[in-house]
Amino acid sequence: MSIDPSIIGRWSEPQVLEVERGAIRRFAEAIGDPNPVHRRGDVAPPTFPTTFGYQLPLPPLPFDPARILHGGEEYTYERPIRAGDRICCVRRITECYERPGSRGTMTFIVFETEGRDPDGNLVYRAKTTWIAI
Amino acid sequence: MPPLVMDPVTKLQLVKYAGASGDFNLIHTDVETARAAGLEGVIAHGMLSMGFLGRYLTDLAGPGNVRRLQVRFRSMVRPGDVLTCKGTVQAVAAAGSDRLLVTLEIWAENQRGERVTAGEAEVYVGGPPEAPHG
Repeated sequence: MSIDPSIIGRWSEPQVLEVERGAIRRFAEAIGDPNPVHRRGDVAPPTFPTTFGYQLPLPPLPFDPARILHGGEEYTYERPIRAGDRICCVRRITECYERPGSRGTMTFIVFETEGRDPDGNLVYRAKTTWIAI
Repeated sequence: MPPLVMDPVTKLQLVKYAGASGDFNLIHTDVETARAAGLEGVIAHGMLSMGFLGRYLTDLAGPGNVRRLQVRFRSMVRPGDVLTCKGTVQAVAAAGSDRLLVTLEIWAENQRGERVTAGEAEVYVGGPPEAPHG
């Protein structure tokens, strides 16, 4: 099953997300990271931007969420993310393609997310690959 | 590079990670949901193992010194699994006058030696005084 091609490439509405110190602390604890800079919530651990993804709108996808696997993730950082940062995030689907798999056709959905500071400077980029089976 | 052996993954950790990350997919925390999806039991969030690799990098290079982190999720991780983060240096390049950009192959392997999460990273490292600067 394919997605509506018209949603590919279209950026989502920008959403400003505030980086809370407590959220960094809880994230560092959950991944078992003892670094005091992370535990105090000063600087976010590298994979912290995953928390932004769950606060961003997603275009409607014709797949059962229970049948979507996380295939891969890539982050590129222009600078560290710190408590108090306000990051303006947008997301879009960049690719959608099918491949034969052992349990039928697999659909690969690739997202790109961008976060910028209030001056418009790029803070980070993410590339997320989902596999619908 | 020295490996980093993580504590065994626990169900409590998966509940904490769900709350901290916002990933509330119940296949990570609810056995009934996991079984309905054809699994034997709950599986860890792939992003938890990527989080371990992120820690591995910041342990090595210091917080705020990661330039890029890319992984593929290759195998499932279950409660009780012991993951070990490992890496090898692929390339070293000058990044400005006072630091280096080091490209690493990194992976997390389980207690059976299977690479469950694997990819590549770039970290900034302050060059030692005797190192040539570019």
